[in-house]
Amino acid sequence: MTVIYNREDKIFRGIVASGALTSLVVLGLIGIFLFWRGAEIFRDNGIKFITGTNWTVGSEDGIIPNDLSIGAMLIGTVVVAVIALIIAFPLAVGGALYLEFYAPRVLRKALVTLLDLAASIPSLIFGLWGIEIFTRFGERWAILLNKWLNFIPIFKVEFENFGRSPFIAGCVLASLIVPITTSVAREVYSRTPRDLIDTCYALGGSKWGAIRSVVIPYGKSGVIGGAMLGLGRALGETVAVYLLLNLVFRYSFRILESEGGNVASLIATKFGEATEYELKALVAAGFVLFLLTLVVNMTATTIVQRSTPRA
Amino acid sequence: MTDISSTSGTATAEAPVFAGLETRGAHAWFGKHHALADISLKFPVCTVTGLIGPSGCGKSTFIRLLNRMHEFIPGAAMAGEVLHNGRDVYDPSVDAADVRLKIGMVFQKPNPFPAMTIRENVLSGIKLAHLKRANHDDIVETCLTRAGLWKEVKDRLGASGGSLSGGQQQRLCIARSLAVEPEVLLMDEPCSALDPGSTLRIEETIKELAEKITVVIVTHNMQQASRVSDFCAFFLTDGGPGYLVEADSTRKIFTNPTDPRTADYVQGKFG
Amino acid sequence: MTATITPTSPTPVEPQTPWSTSRTSRVRSLSILLTAAIVAAIVVLFTGVAGIDGWAVTFFGLSLVIAVARTAKIGPKERKDALMRVVITSAAVAAFVPWVSIFGAVIFRGYSGARINYFTQDMRTTVPDDFLEYGGALHAIVGSLLMVAIATVITLPLGILSGIYLTEVRGRLTFLVRFVVQSMSGVPSIVAGLFIYTTYVYSTQSFSALAGSLALAVLMLPTVARTAEEVLKLVPEDLRSAGYALGARQWRTALMVVIPTVRSGLTTAAILGVARVIGETAPLLLTSLSNTTLRFNPVDGPIASLPTYIFGYLQIGTEFAIARAWTGSLVLLVIVLFLFTLARRFGGKDKR
Repeated sequence: MTVIYNREDKIFRGIVASGALTSLVVLGLIGIFLFWRGAEIFRDNGIKFITGTNWTVGSEDGIIPNDLSIGAMLIGTVVVAVIALIIAFPLAVGGALYLEFYAPRVLRKALVTLLDLAASIPSLIFGLWGIEIFTRFGERWAILLNKWLNFIPIFKVEFENFGRSPFIAGCVLASLIVPITTSVAREVYSRTPRDLIDTCYALGGSKWGAIRSVVIPYGKSGVIGGAMLGLGRALGETVAVYLLLNLVFRYSFRILESEGGNVASLIATKFGEATEYELKALVAAGFVLFLLTLVVNMTATTIVQRSTPRA
Repeated sequence: MTDISSTSGTATAEAPVFAGLETRGAHAWFGKHHALADISLKFPVCTVTGLIGPSGCGKSTFIRLLNRMHEFIPGAAMAGEVLHNGRDVYDPSVDAADVRLKIGMVFQKPNPFPAMTIRENVLSGIKLAHLKRANHDDIVETCLTRAGLWKEVKDRLGASGGSLSGGQQQRLCIARSLAVEPEVLLMDEPCSALDPGSTLRIEETIKELAEKITVVIVTHNMQQASRVSDFCAFFLTDGGPGYLVEADSTRKIFTNPTDPRTADYVQGKFG
Repeated sequence: MTATITPTSPTPVEPQTPWSTSRTSRVRSLSILLTAAIVAAIVVLFTGVAGIDGWAVTFFGLSLVIAVARTAKIGPKERKDALMRVVITSAAVAAFVPWVSIFGAVIFRGYSGARINYFTQDMRTTVPDDFLEYGGALHAIVGSLLMVAIATVITLPLGILSGIYLTEVRGRLTFLVRFVVQSMSGVPSIVAGLFIYTTYVYSTQSFSALAGSLALAVLMLPTVARTAEEVLKLVPEDLRSAGYALGARQWRTALMVVIPTVRSGLTTAAILGVARVIGETAPLLLTSLSNTTLRFNPVDGPIASLPTYIFGYLQIGTEFAIARAWTGSLVLLVIVLFLFTLARRFGGKDKR
């Protein structure tokens, strides 16, 4: 219907529009400010900022130059997040399938509530649990992995100190991201058309046959979207990684070694005593992280939206 | 017990042979709601039996009792016997999946598997049931031919199942059901979502299928019932559970039914 | 002549479910599982396999073997089905166990370290290593509530306005606004903190509760805006048409007809936003820091919050400090739980 707007309405629309635009502006502001503040760093170092592995803060008299780059931290970010995803993905898919198709009716409601609650646990508490409770178990597994599988390079170690390794951080982050991914996967699986599943049974198939032939293919893109949302969360995780990893500036793919770090925890660590120049580098690092998570999350949202049929 | 196979007195050609599928005193419940009461019906072999009656009488529920699909609904319960080749399909020693291999089902809305090609759709039943068959290509051709679809798709077996028209999709579903070699095929209003042209072609297919297997078809369309079925069973409900009013050869039901309610229904006075 | 069926006199028939697993079969399955559990325990006690995780893995292996053994004679389809049932159930258990462990640890350790003074005192006169009867987290709790309140005051109007823009006004920038709100929800919390640090804190040269609130607001806004939009979308079109038909202008309709109907939903939006940010640590590390005394002034310098309190004591690492951290976690978790329950109650209250 056409509504004619008089002056009152135009004011109203103006107020509303400016309120909505604030969100727009703030996001743009984040990117712009971070880039502007960190621009000097990008100018000085160029691509080396992203690929180098040194973090030497220059001395005040200029004798020791600043040499700040986040390459090692970027690798660390990706390594820890990927470990988390590799562990979390099968658990999330299994959990979603269990909830949707195998859980007894009485249990289902309780488990779904538990799932929602788990999604709301602050990551700090995951970090606390990781240090105080999980590390014991994770270390044991790391020792086993190193003992039996150290012909594979990623499981080799130089020093046998497994407690603060990307592996353990990855395990803790996996627990962190399982709730989101499981929720999304369960949502997707629950929308599988009932008559397709019925047809599998009518053809003499078993429950797993129905899941394999219909449910999993149907939910593929939605579940991948959910996994990417989890990945986005893991990439930006600060506190848990800060608590669990020592910052070591070296390209390392040895996941059982006690070294690593990610960009977020770098910022949190160095921020307190940073020089002016170092601060700019941290801001530049924040900008890079911002871009990275933005890309992942936008991709994830697009995938999830495309797999959701509009009612 | 209503025995369609014993139609003495009225002129029928040959007494049809008993199929081995019958129900004795079958009841169905959804939770506390009593949906079907005391259905006793025998299905003659290699014929088409139409289940007719106004909507809500439990016809769809009834056929789901036959292939043990009723039990998937939470809160479902039943009573009575469903005998296939003399054995109660609800006996604890019987594997429900085996029953569904012998008694297949085609649903109202055509539903080929969207993630599979036409060929994979036809073979999906074999894969799901882990049947050992050596000659997949032959099976695909035979089943698609029996479903009346071979000529139209033989050059594009690799196309997606969803790329066909509605009538073609339904015939694909029929071919899919045929691949596991059922003895009985249950069809739940298979043409209600299709255009008249596709409907007629599927009706022809059904009549051809009945040369080798027994078909039970639920339909709202009385003209369809009179066209396609050899025998009809008329269901009715008075607001309570659905029950069987009359079951006899189609000719008798439509020309000279015993029960006045049947006469009213087939003349379109209600439903 | 075929006999016509007249409804027989109802001989009562009992509904049955012959397909459900019989009692004996269920008892049998349970006892087999129990035996496997005991066998796994024995294996753990007497071999090098260690701990609960060792037991779990052994139990898993035994379950697989049992599944194969029970279905080997029936066929490959049943065997695969049984195996995958074990695998999927085990994956679900593995997914749930960490959360159960976290809840258990927080409740157990948090409660055992709780004292009444935890909620009535701050830490101005207490050393982190002091006995738990001294000092408390009052300043942290107040700090968190203060910052969250300010953040809500900022984001709730903005979020509602965004929601109204997307559902009522539907101007030219609709797609962009929706897209941006969606993308913002993935911004890492440290980046939000960094943003406020480089703008507000830098220019005012101070850490404060207000700075913390701003950082939290950045994180809260997408949740509030998105929930507000969803809630407003549910308002049926005829309600608006009724408003217009009565001669009301768009703004009157929106204010007096649409928004009141979704009051509960908008409250839910605010509550969900609060629940989202109350546990955030990273942004506060860069904006509000932490302190040890009770403070109500939002611009008067660094202020403690529950997350930074927990974070700080965790890092100190002594026995009593960690106990305080656990108790703080319990408080935090209880607050989040409370908020979610509240949100759920409000969420169902809007009449359709």
